[in-house]
Parts: sequence; C-alpha cells; structure tokens
Amino acid sequence: MNALRPAADDRTQRKIAAALAQDVDTAFEPFVRAYQDRLFAYALNLTANPALAEEVAQDTFVAAYRALRKYPPSRRRSLALRAWLYTIALNRVRNLARSPASKVVSLDGRATPDRQLAFQLVEPGTGPAIQAEHHETLGELRAALGRLDLRYRGAVVLRHIEGREYAEISRVLGQPVGTVKSNVHRGLALLRADLQRRGHAQRYSALG
Amino acid sequence: MLKDIQRLGEMHAPAGFTNRVLRAVGLDERFAGFDSPLGRVYVAWNAKGISSVMRVADEATFRKEFEALHGRSVRRAAPREIPGALRRAMETRSAADARRLKYDLRSCTQFEAAVLRKALEIPRGQVRPYNWIAREIGRPKAVRAVGTALANNPVPILIPCHRVVRGDGKIGNYGLGGPQKKTRILEAEGVDVGALERYAHQGMRFKGVASTKIFCWPTCAAGRRARAENVRPFHSEAEARAAGYRPCKQCRPAA
Repeated sequence: MNALRPAADDRTQRKIAAALAQDVDTAFEPFVRAYQDRLFAYALNLTANPALAEEVAQDTFVAAYRALRKYPPSRRRSLALRAWLYTIALNRVRNLARSPASKVVSLDGRATPDRQLAFQLVEPGTGPAIQAEHHETLGELRAALGRLDLRYRGAVVLRHIEGREYAEISRVLGQPVGTVKSNVHRGLALLRADLQRRGHAQRYSALG
Repeated sequence: MLKDIQRLGEMHAPAGFTNRVLRAVGLDERFAGFDSPLGRVYVAWNAKGISSVMRVADEATFRKEFEALHGRSVRRAAPREIPGALRRAMETRSAADARRLKYDLRSCTQFEAAVLRKALEIPRGQVRPYNWIAREIGRPKAVRAVGTALANNPVPILIPCHRVVRGDGKIGNYGLGGPQKKTRILEAEGVDVGALERYAHQGMRFKGVASTKIFCWPTCAAGRRARAENVRPFHSEAEARAAGYRPCKQCRPAA
C-alpha cells in the first residue's frame, strides 16, 4: 500500500516529474505506467462502476498530457503528480455526477439510463453469482461507498484507501483540513450505518 | 471495516489501458512491413516520427525486438494509417523524400543525431566517406565515433547510413546484414560499387572536371555529367588544388 512507503513513493514522483520536465513525450508512458493502477482504483472507488472508472482514468491522463504540453519545464518539474491526478480525476467524477442522463453500464452489467443512478443502483446481492466471501464483502463495501454523497466519498477514499495525509487531501479537495477530517469521520459513520442497516451488522458492529 | 476498505485500493488498471491512453494522445507506436532491396523490413513510427527500421524474419520477431529495445509496445498499423510520405520514401528511397519525414531519435545522443541528419543529405546513387560527415558536423577528428553512430542507426534505409563508406574506398560494414547487403542496396540505387573500389584501389580519391576546373567526390552527380575525356582523377585535395581545381559546392569534397 502506498501509505506504507511514502519515501519510495516521493522518490518515484520526483524522478518522473524531472523526466517530464525534460521531455513530455518521452516520459509520458512511464508516467502512465507508474500511476495507472492507483488512478484506476481511485476512479473505481469514486464511481463504483468499472466502465466509468476506466473512462475517468483515461480522460484524466489525456487531460494531464494536454496540460503537460502547455506547462513550462519548471512547472512540470515541481508538480506533485499524484495529488494532481487525484484532483483532475475527482473533477471529472464531479462533472459526470452533475451531467444529464446518459446510458452507462452499472456494476452488475445491466444498462442503466442515468449516470446518477449508476452511483446509487449498485445494490449488494444483485451480482451475477455468489462469489467468495471476501469478494462479496468488498463488493458490498464498494457499493456502500458508491451510495455515499460524493463529498464524503472523496474524503474517505483519499484518506482510507489511498492513504494520503490530511494536508494532501485538503489540497486535492480544495477544502480546509478541518472540513476534510470531519467529512472523513462523517463518511465512515454513514458507511457503517448503511452496512448495518443492510444486514451486515454482525461483521461491522464491532468496528475497527 | 477500515482494513477491508484499504483492500479496495488493491486494484490493477484493465489490460491494454496504457496503450489506449497513448493512442488517445497520439503517442502510441505503430508499424508496417515494406519490401526493400534487402527483403522485408519493418518500420515503426509514432507522433514524433519514424522510430525504428529493422530487417527481421517476421512481425512477431519485430514486435519482440522493438519492445526489448525501446521498452514500449508496438501495434500493426491499419493500411490507411500508414503515412503516404513514408510509403513514398520507402519506395523511391530518394534523399528528398526521406528528408521530408520526421524521425524520432530520442534514443540517440546529440552527436549521433547530428551524424544521422548529415547522412540524410547524401543523395541516392552517391556515397561519402566517414570523414566527410565528421568534418561537415564540425568534429573532424571524430571519424571513428561517426562510424559507431552510423552502426547504431535506429532507422537504416530511410536514413541512408549505407551511403557512407570508408575513406580508402572499401565499402565498409553495414548493420543490416554486412558488406554484401550494403553493396546490394547501393547497386540497387545505381552506384557501381566495383568501379568505385577499383578507383580507390588505384589511390584515386577525387574526380576533377577539366572544363570547369572543379573536383568532386567520385559519385557526385555534378561530376558524373562531365564528358569522359574531361575527367581527371586526383589522389588528394592538395594535388587537385595544385592543378588549379576548386572543390565542388554540391558534394563539398574539401572544406
């Protein structure tokens, strides 16, 4: 997990930023490879929808590329790449959540008429088959996360899945640290309540 | 719950994701096969230009070697994706057509790139010695390094390293299959390699034209147009100058 090795993470980031400062076209592929898994997981946890998550992740890299081509080398070198990608991706998710109805495929593979619904419709237990227990648990968790209001979801995902410091989250979300902390706590509480209400009380009542 | 939540981050981007991103920004690498005097060759290009020309057995080998060399994947281009300028340059192998293409020389040093760009000026049907390139790029002593740079040419045939030969008139080595292949491609371009080697063997370096009092590299087009009885061989620049000849402004046999 990223949070466990922040030093290595920062070194990678500086190395890639330096390469991007030198030549965007040459360094872009290593940049994508270094961050694509993180960014896809992030987008998936924000959207609870694999197809949408891939679209968000891809659009984020395309937007990043266009921006990098415009930035002078000094600006490229000083970019906090990971936080920058989080910010771009979150804005895209916000825009999607706001945009009018369009046909997307939800988690269970059925077409849903509305993106808004895609965030809400992922009921636990509607999946195609009975999966291994922990898979089911993770699926339920992701679905519950997808039902959270985006303002809590973003904070919870960045803090507890991406493992970022509050200072970095505050920059990504454009909110004061206090607001972020309160949204993380409120988000977790809502998540627990949701899971308990849906009958996963046993597993999550003791709550770590 | 927090432990479970953390595991939601253990995720990989879907297969092919990197290539789809690179494609979306125009940075993906494509290739196509072409026929050449040396047989089938494979040419790869991206948004920066032509990146690779290889003479290998088949597509699978090309993909494998390309990825090993450049660390990125390459996909076969649909016929309509092949740039017309590339098709033309592969067909005519004229210097003008090859110069119209862009080249992705990211893997080369500045010196290597300068050598390759200079080689691109040599017209089809002509040859120049290694030391000509060294002098033209302002590094007259780096003759050996010029040879190394040409041997590492990532885009042979298009950048015609085969048109650079040894100063003593020997044809010199060639990365795309040795001296025999070099001879074959030069002869396909109209160079009489045998005559060139015999000429050099007699110690002749330059051809002078008596009517104009200009001396050239033996394969220079300007010199070739002269009538046979007007042609004077020279062993050296000094000999030519002593006879009152000046160097040709097109092929620049001397500074």
